[in-house]
Amino acid sequence: MKRQIPLALVFIFGWLMLALYFIPLEGAQKVNENMLDWTSIIGIFALALGIWSLITVNLDRIKHKKRDWQYSFITLFGLFGMIIFGLKFGGENSMFQGQESYMFRHFFNDILIPIYSTMFSLLAFFIASAAYRAFRARSALASILLIGAIIVMIRFFPFVAEYTRPVADWILNVPNLAAKRAIWMGVGLGIVATGLKVILGIERAYMGRD
Amino acid sequence: MNRKVMIPIASIIVFIGFLLLKFDFEAVDSSQALWDAFIVTAGGFLTLMIFSFLYRDNPFYKFAEHLYVGVSAAYWMCVGFWSNIVQQAIPHLSPWLSEALDQPFLGYKWDYWIPIAFGLLLLTRLLPDSLKIGWLSKWTLAFIVASTAGLLMTANLKANFISQISSTMSLPLLPDWTGFGDFVSNFDLSYGGQFIKMLSNWVIVVGVISGLVYFFFSKEHTGWFGRVSRLGIWVLMVTFGASFGYTVMGRVSLLVGRLTFLFRDWAGIIS
Repeated sequence: MKRQIPLALVFIFGWLMLALYFIPLEGAQKVNENMLDWTSIIGIFALALGIWSLITVNLDRIKHKKRDWQYSFITLFGLFGMIIFGLKFGGENSMFQGQESYMFRHFFNDILIPIYSTMFSLLAFFIASAAYRAFRARSALASILLIGAIIVMIRFFPFVAEYTRPVADWILNVPNLAAKRAIWMGVGLGIVATGLKVILGIERAYMGRD
Repeated sequence: MNRKVMIPIASIIVFIGFLLLKFDFEAVDSSQALWDAFIVTAGGFLTLMIFSFLYRDNPFYKFAEHLYVGVSAAYWMCVGFWSNIVQQAIPHLSPWLSEALDQPFLGYKWDYWIPIAFGLLLLTRLLPDSLKIGWLSKWTLAFIVASTAGLLMTANLKANFISQISSTMSLPLLPDWTGFGDFVSNFDLSYGGQFIKMLSNWVIVVGVISGLVYFFFSKEHTGWFGRVSRLGIWVLMVTFGASFGYTVMGRVSLLVGRLTFLFRDWAGIIS
């Protein structure tokens, strides 16, 4: 029961999804769309499971006073604050209007977005320092890597962009495209092979150990 | 007073100072003005807190990091709940719930109970171990894995495999060719010229084939096969370099955005 039913479900739904793609009937396409809706609805339950896990992990850290336990209060404050402002109750004049509420939008625009974009912008410093250490023209291949990166980077410099842009565009649109196509083909085949392994029950890692 | 107390107190004082600077004392709705000032000040402070990581890991960075984890988890939960459960599922499940949540009832669709049932099965993981029904959540996992595998297989086979082969193989190796004489008399080295177009198409076809040869490990990379594979590495190196350069510039662009926010919108130092 514990292993056979999940394996049977994977086999049935896997083949069904594959078959529905190739059946050019309106009914089949409707079932396909419905099943995609199902997946997104189930995804919310999975998200709820993740939220529950986040709450229990942080409560556990506070309870046992683990390292940096004080910051768990901040996480829980942010979590519950956002959830409360994401609720909808109290009529039209209430401040709790779900996704449309003023506070919910401002939490997103003025707390989430600044942190998110600043975190990614920090990578500019780390990537530059990594490049300084790694980019040494020790061999022909390393030199090609270095030259490719430099040409693409100086494409954005306003003083020289006029001269470097055609070369950089050519690199991005031609050799870059060629290698990426080779990689995508490999990825495409890899996904098909893995998908088949999952549907046929050869790959069972998703079921865990017990 | 030690540093652990001094630093938070000083931070709060600076925060209040900035809050007062941003507060519009002439506003009609003072509570709204206070909130507006708070939110802009908080955005600036959070940006600085994250930047403080450049010095080293510190309490300010940890504060912003932990706040981000909580807020983003809740944000995606709320967005998912309203768009997938309330707007997508509820209007097909219950007229009473639809009315309670201000949604139009779109008629019963009994099959929408299936994902709800699968979702509830997933939540059996939260029940105490003594009940011994947590394994039912694997049914839901099985459904998610199966539908994702089925969906990705067809989508990837089409987009990443067949489309890429057809785009590569349909490239004309002699574009706009009207004879050798015309080619020589109209020869130009500009970006849109016939020679560059021809060269580009050859580079793409040869690059794709040599790249694929490099990733083909069932045959030893020696002889002519090894030479083609070596060419593949060269093409890959150009790509990695270009991708790296592009990523760096993307991050620099984000950095410029944040610095503009800090110096113009928040501190008002530049116009």
